[in-house]
Amino acid sequence: MSDNHSAEAANLLEVRGLTKIFGTLKACDNIDLTVGKGQIHALLGENGAGKSTLVKMLFGSLEPNSGEIRWNGEPVRISNPHMARKLGIGMVFQHFSLFDALTAAENIALSLDDNTPIATIAAKAKALSFSYGLPLDPYSLVGDLSVGERQRIEIIRCLLQTPDLIILDEPTSVLTPQEADKLFETLERLRLEGKSILYISHRLEEVKRICDAATVLRHGKVVGHCTPRNETASSLARMMVGSEVLTVVREPAEGMDKARTLLEVRSLSRKPATPFSIPLHNISLNVRAGEIIGIAGVAGNGQGEFFEAVSGEVLQADANTVRIRDKDATRLSITGRRKLGAAFVPEERLGHGAAPRMRLSENLLLSRHATDAKAFLGAGGIVRDKAIAAASQRIIQAMDVRKSGPDPEAAALSGGNLQKFIIGRELDRQPAVMVVNQPTWGVDAGAAAHIRQALIELARKGSAVLVISQDLDELFEISDLIAVMHNGELSKPIPIAEATLEKIGLLMGGAEPGHVEVTEAEVA
Amino acid sequence: MGMLEAVLMTIATAATPLLIAAVGELVSERAGVLNLGVEGMMVMGAVTGFGVALTTGSPWLGIFAAIAVGALFSLLFAFLTLTLVTNQVATGLALTLLGLGLSGMLGESFVGLPGVKLTNIDIPFLSDIPLIGRLIFGQDPVFYLSILLTAGVAWFLFRSRVGLTLRSVGDNHGSAHALGINVILIRYLAVMFGGACAGLAGAYLSLVYTPQWVENMTAGRGWIALALVVFASWRPWRVLAGAYLFGAVTIGQLHAQALGIGVPSQLLSSLPYLATVVVLVLISRNRRMTMVNTPASLGRPFVPDR
Repeated sequence: MSDNHSAEAANLLEVRGLTKIFGTLKACDNIDLTVGKGQIHALLGENGAGKSTLVKMLFGSLEPNSGEIRWNGEPVRISNPHMARKLGIGMVFQHFSLFDALTAAENIALSLDDNTPIATIAAKAKALSFSYGLPLDPYSLVGDLSVGERQRIEIIRCLLQTPDLIILDEPTSVLTPQEADKLFETLERLRLEGKSILYISHRLEEVKRICDAATVLRHGKVVGHCTPRNETASSLARMMVGSEVLTVVREPAEGMDKARTLLEVRSLSRKPATPFSIPLHNISLNVRAGEIIGIAGVAGNGQGEFFEAVSGEVLQADANTVRIRDKDATRLSITGRRKLGAAFVPEERLGHGAAPRMRLSENLLLSRHATDAKAFLGAGGIVRDKAIAAASQRIIQAMDVRKSGPDPEAAALSGGNLQKFIIGRELDRQPAVMVVNQPTWGVDAGAAAHIRQALIELARKGSAVLVISQDLDELFEISDLIAVMHNGELSKPIPIAEATLEKIGLLMGGAEPGHVEVTEAEVA
Repeated sequence: MGMLEAVLMTIATAATPLLIAAVGELVSERAGVLNLGVEGMMVMGAVTGFGVALTTGSPWLGIFAAIAVGALFSLLFAFLTLTLVTNQVATGLALTLLGLGLSGMLGESFVGLPGVKLTNIDIPFLSDIPLIGRLIFGQDPVFYLSILLTAGVAWFLFRSRVGLTLRSVGDNHGSAHALGINVILIRYLAVMFGGACAGLAGAYLSLVYTPQWVENMTAGRGWIALALVVFASWRPWRVLAGAYLFGAVTIGQLHAQALGIGVPSQLLSSLPYLATVVVLVLISRNRRMTMVNTPASLGRPFVPDR
């Protein structure tokens, strides 16, 4: 009896049979999970496996349909986040739950349930942040901060509540490798202080490195438990996906000396469009036929602004800033640039890459009505439904887009499948220049491999491909050259053979911008 | 009472209803709800205030009734936009149309009747100070209330914890919900505060400004109040500045017309709008300030997932 009791007490959190149903979808189906005291427990799974739904139920943001949660052995009902915080559960959200127009201290105050004056909170937050080596200015406006700094606020906010269990939802997906290291040190220290951590990630190497135990989810069900240290990254991946993951093959590009430049950016500068956006400084870049250039960088360092300028969403004032196939495209609209043979895939899928409430075939026509006018439009601009339906079927087959119904609305597709369609829509044209922002953001491993392979094949057939991504593993997998964007500046592209994770990581943190190296050499 | 003093007094009377309605709408918009029904709620307040004061003989009862009706009217808006998640713009416009029509019907028998005026406060001796005496110490009670209201709302929004919560809801309702803040409840309360203010502003028109009932007597003041909020970049003291500027130019151009200045009267009549827009645009030229103060979730529908 007493043994039984002590075994229960050693477990901080026990979840039995937790189920959450959205409409007809079982997002979480009979989930069991046990987190011990002082344990870093990983929650693994692909997008849509139910990880976020599960932790939202633990934090009281969602209400389970059935199942039981035990906290320190006692059954509890967590009906809202206040109650979760009161029990001692803290959460660091994947998509930050911060308020741009408020200061760091005000943001922290909003999640504390007492009436401590802001000045006291600011002082406490500052002291705590320095003691963990995560320095923070409590009076800075969140909108002005980098993603890494925002995450610090989230973590400090969580720690100020002195929780016993800290839930981290994909915390490193927006950090540089060095920032991630810093986070791991913090987690290690918290573990030594006896805190438990529930760690959600799809980065298997880091799970192997810091986690004591793991629970693997697939399609809303628990499919396995393991000790990550005893597994390999590929065995973990197999558990997550349920089958072998396609490996991306990339042959080195050949004969690049003679290759023609298809996309040229010449000293592109941009003033910040909004108070919270990044100015661009003097960016120059050539992308040649047959190669993929990857642009790495922590989110919010000007990648979005750069993409807008290259795609023509925002026009530049100076002539010849953007050249496509040797023609000045600076004053051309997106359609004008498409007609020159370029294709663009923006980061945001719904509302930017596709119109959510329109069918796939209509979305296809929207982006290609000008470039494929001959195929898609008849005399007088009459839409040729059959030709469009055939083309959209071709794309769906080529990219293995999984959907319900023959021609559903864009919003009805899962993120990964919609992304496959959007990329396929552009690839189907065989564009000479392809610019993609975050090609596999939130896309599951199988679909991501498919998209990456398709981009490599496009380049090898003689197109110039520019990929902006926060996912370093992805860039190392597909790029011939990697350049790093930091604070609105772009480093010199580094050939993949010379690029190391450490080198790129330092550039991402702004340690040694490529430009500076060049100017110093010039001065000498 | 000298000429200048009289002019200053009328400016305050012209500005007060705008100020009250705009400060109320400001609170609603800071919580992220755009209520275009200000005009309708105001005119309902005006007819209620007039009618109740006339029947009971007490202007104060009229004012309280107008506040209640304004709040009730906005509750309808809140139910439609927050609970049934209808489009805020369309619902607000409908509310204005409903208010204008309904008040015309309810007030049909009041037309032409002499109203009850809320008497001014008169602090002995102090109100006899030349020029500013009456202006500061001899106004109607609602004038003082409007200044207190502005100060109170400024303090509430930027100094109190509940005010911070309200601003957070207007900035990012998704994040607020994730932290466990009851977004819908806060929005209900903010909208109803806005409605109560609009009701009070309406009653001011029919009980102080011109103590009588005329159909459509708000004459677009609700829309001016809405514009003031935006141009004042959602800051209460700027709303006050804007309301008084508008009042001053309105009264000024009336006197100019009376004096027979050789400028077309249509041009003079448009001056208050022009002047207010120009000045407030100049004040809010600092784009950073504007961006920081603009409620980012304004007008966006919110459905919490549970």
